[in-house]
Amino acid sequence: MIGGGHTGLATSRVLAERSIDHVVLERGEIANSWRHERWDSLRLLTPNAQARLPGYRYEGDDPDGYMTMADVVAFVARYAGATAAPVRAETQVTSVTAAADGGYRVIAGDGEILCRSVVIASGACNAPHVPALRAAVPSTVASFTPFDYRNPAQLPDGGVLVVGASATGAQLADEIRRSGRRVVLSVGEHVRLPRMYRGRDVLWWMEASGVWNQRYDEIDDLVRARRLPSPQLVGTPEHTTLDLNTLSAAGVELVGRVSAIRDGRALFSGGLRNLFALADLKMDRLLDTFDAWARSGACDADVGAIERFEPTRVPAKSPLELDLNSGAIRSIVWATGFRPEYDWLHVPVVDHKGHLRHDGGVIDDAPGLYAIGLPVLRRRKSTFIVGAEDDARDVVAHLKGYLDRASRG
Amino acid sequence: MAEKKTEKKPETKRKNGVNVDALLAAREALKKAPQAARFNWRAACKWQNGTHSRTKVKGFHGLMEEQNHKTEFSFDADHPEIFASEDLGATPVEYVLVGLASCLTAGVAAVAENRGIKLRSVEAKLEGAMDIQGILGIDSDVRNGFDDIKVTFKIDAENASKKDLEALVAQSQKRSAVFDIVANPTNITVVVA
Repeated sequence: MIGGGHTGLATSRVLAERSIDHVVLERGEIANSWRHERWDSLRLLTPNAQARLPGYRYEGDDPDGYMTMADVVAFVARYAGATAAPVRAETQVTSVTAAADGGYRVIAGDGEILCRSVVIASGACNAPHVPALRAAVPSTVASFTPFDYRNPAQLPDGGVLVVGASATGAQLADEIRRSGRRVVLSVGEHVRLPRMYRGRDVLWWMEASGVWNQRYDEIDDLVRARRLPSPQLVGTPEHTTLDLNTLSAAGVELVGRVSAIRDGRALFSGGLRNLFALADLKMDRLLDTFDAWARSGACDADVGAIERFEPTRVPAKSPLELDLNSGAIRSIVWATGFRPEYDWLHVPVVDHKGHLRHDGGVIDDAPGLYAIGLPVLRRRKSTFIVGAEDDARDVVAHLKGYLDRASRG
Repeated sequence: MAEKKTEKKPETKRKNGVNVDALLAAREALKKAPQAARFNWRAACKWQNGTHSRTKVKGFHGLMEEQNHKTEFSFDADHPEIFASEDLGATPVEYVLVGLASCLTAGVAAVAENRGIKLRSVEAKLEGAMDIQGILGIDSDVRNGFDDIKVTFKIDAENASKKDLEALVAQSQKRSAVFDIVANPTNITVVVA
């Protein structure tokens, strides 16, 4: 098992249940990414009631609240203890190669491990993804990614351009705006959701209605589904909705997707309005699905009345360009997504876009090699804490079958 | 007023005359052969007189080889009389509106086909607002091109709600070549041979 985050630990617990001898290699401390690669104010966008791992769940007194990063780290660390997971911490994997006998050779820490199977649980967010046009940003403007951003105080005084309006971009635009700075938010494709719907958390609806359980082989355009950005949600005690209307009401200036930076001028798309329409329509379709499920399951009585939300307001005048040399913008936060890193994986199973080629976590090109914890690995909920268990059970079932066949042959 | 064209293949039931099966098959094939997806579209223009020019379109490159339209298409462009010209053709900026309208309309038909929506009629009215102080060089703060383009679709379909039609039009923009060309910056290189 490569990776000692919540997914690696969940899978480890399932392996242990099936008496499959294994070790979990974690490059840092348990829940390393949650400790080091997150900003200060970040909370989970899933409610505590959805903090469930195999044989373990949140048992505090705030099931509707959202964990802080410290809470998440503690939760995952306690889980590792409770499951007695066989973790080797501070053990970075530097190479995985196929061994002659059909197994794998893993070089990690200062040693080598020979094994029959490897599960890659290093996640999809090993590095920030920053567009190539970042190179054209004038040197007078500072750049930050979600990996080095911690709080508004570290930003230079003055205006901030936040690029990307998904979960990270929306949250950071909001927090930076509240610090009193001018914020321009460049909006590309995004997923809009209300925090609360008919009195319940929207993610309760995702789970209860079965949308989150939709399987990867039932999805028409799986490539697209796996690339969907995180929804514009934030976890606050007040359960606030964080959509573009909230942000624009707070004074965040919305502009289109950054298309190019020419002579120090950032050029924005004029197609902003349609991105709003696409996100609004998609949200309404999802809410229709929730309503249909509520009606069919006769739980209409347990939830509030049907609601629909104001369409995303289009700014009266949205600039098509911003002169980054004028001094109006002193820093840029690139909330433009993340990518996995597989430079330690010396088995040819990564495609030309840097993603693992897998079928529901099974890497057909390398028998015995598996992946877990990737977007829509096997279900829409795959990358959420609550999604780890079902995927882990499926992947381990396949792995057990593989080991049994391999040992017979 | 049905949109359905006479079909060549009786077994392909097309609601709007768009051969979506072929497009989906092409999509799959091109995933495996990305070089074949590299197209080059062409136009050759000859000045006629004054602001009147004639542009012809016939050949293009795609799917690894040179291709040709069935016939050569010819487009006359000119300026109107109020611009002290002869008005022998639509203006170049109107051609851009034609491009945008056709691209979005074709997209509406294709997406409708894919979604099983039977179209009865689709009309698009376009307006491009322009302050000609830009092109006349009177005021350098005024851009040459359109300040704003507005497209209004009127769609009548058999089995689609207003939301369905809005989604149709939104998806058409999302996948439209001309929408992208007009809404986003595009590199243009002009050389003198």
